[in-house]
Amino acid sequence: MAKFAKKKDGDLPAVSTASLPDIVFMLLFFFMTVTTMKDSSLLVENTLPNASEIKKLEKKDRVIYIYVGKPTQEYQKVFGTEPKIQLNDKFANVDEVGSYILAERAKKPQELQNVLTTALKVDKNANMGLIADIKQELRKVNALKVNYTTYEGNAFNNLQ
Amino acid sequence: MARRNGAPEVNAGSMADIAFLLLIFFLVTTTIETDAGLDRMLPPMEPPEEDVVIRQKNIFTVNINKNGQLLVEDELMPLNNLRDAAIAFLENGADGSCDYCQGSKDPASSDNPSKAIISLKNDRETKYSTYITVQNELVGAYNDLRNRASQRIFGTDFTEMESEYLNPETASAVRDELKDKVKRIQDMFPQKLSEAETTSN
Repeated sequence: MAKFAKKKDGDLPAVSTASLPDIVFMLLFFFMTVTTMKDSSLLVENTLPNASEIKKLEKKDRVIYIYVGKPTQEYQKVFGTEPKIQLNDKFANVDEVGSYILAERAKKPQELQNVLTTALKVDKNANMGLIADIKQELRKVNALKVNYTTYEGNAFNNLQ
Repeated sequence: MARRNGAPEVNAGSMADIAFLLLIFFLVTTTIETDAGLDRMLPPMEPPEEDVVIRQKNIFTVNINKNGQLLVEDELMPLNNLRDAAIAFLENGADGSCDYCQGSKDPASSDNPSKAIISLKNDRETKYSTYITVQNELVGAYNDLRNRASQRIFGTDFTEMESEYLNPETASAVRDELKDKVKRIQDMFPQKLSEAETTSN
């Protein structure tokens, strides 16, 4: 009695992929909300030191970044291995820091111009001489609020 | 006559591909990082109008040489002891006007926390990581004292109150309340950390 058609053997039912877009959109929105756009690619080595007594840098729109470190492998042939300053997307000398800060400050809205912070992202192997020169330049243009950006961790790990 | 039965269904099969494309774009161009670090104020370029006379005993000098060794108050000191030494200096309270200090009231050390100044000097060849460690310990000394005072008065840590106060997501009513508390603790132990220009010998 072949009243009931037999199921064919070994035929898997198709997995519905209808909800795949929803899942992907969920991921997309997660990444859109928790991340920020990268504004410049690094030309210098930038392993930050550790510190434990840190404060978070809130409000990205009022921060100006200065990177310091020795040039990465591909730039070492041209620029040597001495630590250099990176402003935006290019290497710079100490005397360009002041004008860079002024130019960045002019780009910000009026009400934020007095509350800007300069974040110094300095490689842990840099020397203080360069940092002292930068600080001197910052004082000249009256950008007195600085933040030494660090990783969170035990500060004594720096000494090894 | 052809009959129309509603709008034809749009094929949503490629929706996933489009979403994936967007997702990958955002993954590549963004970074997940909230920057954090040590906040410091640089001294202004112009010296203050009136000359302030500071007595030598109210200054706690920290010198870092190019090998990363510390000279604290003219004595060699390992980095691990710096925080305790700074705390002992800050809350010494020699003139007796500071009723919340637990220091030893040594007449040769600082008068009270509002007069105590830490002066940090470093060589041009000092490594940045050493400098940050020293800065961290000095800020840590202030934070330890402030936390202790805050625990006694408000029952919470000062650093917690401050980060909540600085967080833009905190409701403004809460922030107004925190502002007074933060201010009060900051006035008890004002952070006076002076950075002299570097020497190159």
